[in-house]
Formats: sequence, C-alpha cells, structure tokens
Amino acid sequence: MGMRRQRWLGPAMLLPAIFYVVALVGVPFLLAFYYAVGDVKVGSTDYHFVGLHNFASVLENPAFRRALQNSIVFTFCSQVLVLIGGNVLAIVLKEAFRGRRLLRFLILLPWVAPVSIGTIGWKWLLDSLYSVINWTLIHLHLVDKFSPPMWLGQPTLAMISVILVHTWHVLPFSTVILLAGWTAIPKDIPEAAAVDGAGYFRTLFQVTIPMLLPIINVALLFGTVFTFTDMTVIYILTRGGPYDTTQVLPSMAFFTGILGSDLAEGAAISIFLLPVLVLVAWRMLRTAHRTEMA
Amino acid sequence: MAVVQTRALTKVFRAGQAGAVVGVDLESREGEFLVLLGPSGSGKTTLLRMIAGLEEPTSGEILIGGKVVNDRTPRERRIAMVFQSYALYPHLTVLGNILFPLKAQGVPRAERATKAQWAADLLGIGHLLERRPRELSGGERQRVALARAIVREPSVFLLDEPLSNLDAKLRASARQELEQFQRRVRTTMIYVTHDQVEAMAMGDRVVVMNNGIVHQIGTPTEVYDNPADSFVATFLGSPPMNLVEIGEAVVGFRPEHFVPAEFPSTGARVPFSFRVESQEYLGSERILYGKLEGGRFSGKRVVSRLPASYAAVPADGAPRAFGVDGAHLKFFEIGTGLRRDPLPLG
Repeated sequence: MGMRRQRWLGPAMLLPAIFYVVALVGVPFLLAFYYAVGDVKVGSTDYHFVGLHNFASVLENPAFRRALQNSIVFTFCSQVLVLIGGNVLAIVLKEAFRGRRLLRFLILLPWVAPVSIGTIGWKWLLDSLYSVINWTLIHLHLVDKFSPPMWLGQPTLAMISVILVHTWHVLPFSTVILLAGWTAIPKDIPEAAAVDGAGYFRTLFQVTIPMLLPIINVALLFGTVFTFTDMTVIYILTRGGPYDTTQVLPSMAFFTGILGSDLAEGAAISIFLLPVLVLVAWRMLRTAHRTEMA
Repeated sequence: MAVVQTRALTKVFRAGQAGAVVGVDLESREGEFLVLLGPSGSGKTTLLRMIAGLEEPTSGEILIGGKVVNDRTPRERRIAMVFQSYALYPHLTVLGNILFPLKAQGVPRAERATKAQWAADLLGIGHLLERRPRELSGGERQRVALARAIVREPSVFLLDEPLSNLDAKLRASARQELEQFQRRVRTTMIYVTHDQVEAMAMGDRVVVMNNGIVHQIGTPTEVYDNPADSFVATFLGSPPMNLVEIGEAVVGFRPEHFVPAEFPSTGARVPFSFRVESQEYLGSERILYGKLEGGRFSGKRVVSRLPASYAAVPADGAPRAFGVDGAHLKFFEIGTGLRRDPLPLG
C-alpha cells in the first residue's frame, strides 16, 4: 500500500510543473515554429505552408537588420552599465553605515515597482515639452533654451535614453546578486592581500573580482535574458521610434505580428532570438554544473 | 629583522565601552618567538591586528624597527601575517598564492620564480605548486600560508592561531614544524593563541592577556612557576593552580606540588589533611579531587596531580596526610589578585 502510493506520488507532485512548462513554454514555442513556416494572419483561420519564405522576407527587410543591430547594442550597453553600476553599488552597500537599510530599500525599488509605471514616469521626465530634466538643464544654463535635447525624438539620444531607463530598471536585480557575492568573500582575504602589499586596485582586479566571476556570470546571464527579450521600456518610451531607430527584435515581432496582424512574420522575427537564448541557457547550465562540482 | 614595540597601545571599538586592548606596553626581542596568550575576548587578536595595520589604534604607538608606524599601511610595515583561516586566494594555484606578494611589491619576474621556489622548498610543498587551495589538506594549507608569508622576507611574522583549524593529531606535528621553521628563518614572530600548551611549548616569552590587559610577560618557566597574579596562576596549568583563601590573602599551589606526606621534600613542608572525594586515572597521571580538613583550611576544595606510577593511591573518603613544599606556595592579595609577600601558615 505504502509502496504503491509512493509510486504515483512523485509524478503527481511533478505534474503541475510539467503542465506549466508545456502549456506556457512548450506549446507557444512550437506554435512559433508552426506560424513561422506558414501564412497565418490575425483574424483568419487559413494556414498554408510557405517554407522559409517568411525568414527570407524578414532578412531582406532593412528594418529587421536595424532591429537586430539595436537589440545587440541595447543588450550589450545596458549589461556593461549594469555590471559596473551593480558592482559599485554592491561595494558601497556591503559596508555598514547609517541609513544602509533605507538606501538598500530605495535601490531595490525600481525592480519591485511595476516596470510600466516606472517607465511612464520616465516618459514624462524625458518629454519634449514638459521634461523636468530639460527644465533643470535650461535653468543651469547648460543647454539652449530654444532647442533643448529631444530625449526621445533624436535617434542617438533616444537609444541612450532607452538604454539608461532599462539599466535603471534591471540594476537592482544585479546589485542584489552581486551584493550576495561580495558579502560572501571572507574578510580575511582582502586583509591578507593588504598585508601582502597589494593596493586597492590590485586587490580588486586580481583577488576579489576573480573570486566573484561565477556570481558575475550569473548576474550577466540573467541580465542578458531579461534585456534581450524585453520590450516594455521601448514600447512605452519610443514605440521603436523615431523611424525604427530604437526598434529591437521583441518589439518588432510584437508590432509586426500582433499590431500589424502578420503573425507568421512576427513569429519568424521572434525565432531569431533563439540562438542567443540557447547560448545563454547553455552557459547557465554549465555554470550551475561547475558550482555543483566545486 | 626588527623588534616590535607598543607604547600604551589602546583600542576601544565603541566609545563608552570597555577597551578591547588597554594600555599595552610590549617589546619583542630580535628573532624572538613571542606568544600572546589569553582566553577568547582577551584582546590578543586585536593587538596583533593593530601591529599588522589592519586595525587602527585608539591611542598609543606602534614601533617596528624603532620607527613609529601608526600611519603606515600594512604594505609599508613589511610584516607578514598568517591568518587563522590561512586566507589563501582560492582562485590562484599554490604557486600563484606564493607569487602574489612578490608581484604586489614589484619584484622582477626572474627573481620571483627563484624566491617562490626557495620558499616552496623551505616548506616542502614543491610538489603542490599547481594545486588549488581547496585541493589541499589543512596541514598543507598552513604550509602554503607560511610560504606566502616568508617569500618576501618580512621583518616580522604575525601569526593568528594558525594551528586552531587542525585536528589534535596534526596539531602536535605542525607545532614542531613551526618551531623548526622559526629556528631556521630566525625572524621575529608574534604568535597569538588561546592554547597554553602551544604557548609553553613554542614561546621564547609568553604575554598573558585578559580583558585587554597584559597580566604578565615572561618565559614559559617564569609565567608558570612565578605567576604575577591569580589570573595567570589559574589560566596556566591543567588542572589550574589551587587557590585557597586564608583571611587576608589567597594562597596558591599547583596540583602537582600537592603530594602525599611521604613524597621526598626539598625544604620545609607545610602539612595538610586531604580527604579525597573522587579521582580520575589519565594513564600517565592521576587527578585527585577533594577537600582540605582541619584548621582554617577546612572544607576548601583542592586538586592533586600524582604520577600514575605512585602505587599507594589514597582511597576515596579517607583523610590522608598531604603537604606542599614552602617554596611552592604563592601568595596573592585578595582584591587585586596580585602577588604579595608570603605569610606564615600553620
């Protein structure tokens, strides 16, 4: 009786997780492949197999190539900023000082607050007419009163803006991961380095950061996934504009597939995210495996 | 080589609280093995960390080689330190660990290799150079930590309980190795421990500390045979010195000096009547627990330690004639615990 119960208990406990993964990850994933090789449109039940036609048409589209390039720039720049900022914040926050708890809470806030609300706030801060940032800059006589910077209206500025706002949003998450890594380094080690004659930067670059590499790796991999597949900030701030100059793959897939009704081409675009995500997933598993071994 | 000196060195971690180290005056001698001994919380590690430059003194001065080094960073003090955890760099190989201080000091590449090899040979870890710290045993880690410390030929060695992470068996052999190592390199060593056996076995001189205060500085023989106060008397020795209050003073005698009356005596013996209540046989020796009887000592608990070879073991419950040679009686003041002039007993 006991044995029989144990035989189905394990699988039964696993079932919700399996159902969840199959329904919300597996089915959409296969559906994307199915759509990408067909001619599906929103509002029509017709399906004809068209082979690689959608991929060919996507690759010929200069807007797609631009979006692919933007995705890479967007992800790379924001991750560099996040890693530098996250480490700096972690170094500051690991020290004991008055008001540390409050500061930790404030820094975590952008991550726990709904991203859309935070981004709408930024939209107003960067608005062409009502920008508080411009108001301040004008009053400090740092920019011309009659042609202040159009944060979301000029291609380069718009890209910088979305990168910075996205960095603002994901920075707390990396900071928390890195902070855990920093506090896990025994105090003895940097002290031994100091006695051995190493200065601050030698200790940082030859002792502490190498010791933190596995944790930095984790923060980077998570950050890459969050950034490469995210479109919230871009959707709210620029909608990919001006002239598709801030369009990234996820937002382009959304605009083409959902708003433009061309589900097939949208699916084809989104499939281009796959190689990067597979690479990241593979490295994550390797990191996890190595950590288990150590 | 250089001597380390402290002048009225004090560390108070939080204003208003008792100091972790209070007014310590210390002077090491050339090439000496100086042991800081005390229970946990006695301030011995804080004292060592101040000498290393890892902790800033609240007041007082630290001198190395005759120069005040209070404002110098650890790297400028030319000291080496072995940490309790060894603090090896986990991402570097053994060789990388030994090379690190040389790189940090800008030693030319060719010279680095020679020195690292010399240090590795000195400690017999030449075969471990490519390993990482986590692949080493406790004893091997200790040797790597010593090699990393010796490689740049420091003027002073600071060691913070380097044997406490080893198991009991390994500890005895590591202790001998460390002693031989010190004799070979002849560098001044300041060694922190809470283990009196380590202190007695290795120290040229022992600094006995408690609550941030130095109670006595002396050779192992001096601190054991001539304790400056009742704290030193009871902290050293296992079982500790017997302390018996006699009105205006406290009289102390070591358990091994409290012996049956028929034991040969070296001078005037003060007799006691001792009723044994329980005993422990420890192989090489026998510990007797009981009470004194008669006179003003009646009812005081004392301990006697006899060689196991002594056959006429007193039975439990029966009073026996015991005694202590007059020279082995130490007298302490009641309030301060300090040593005082002997009083007539009997």
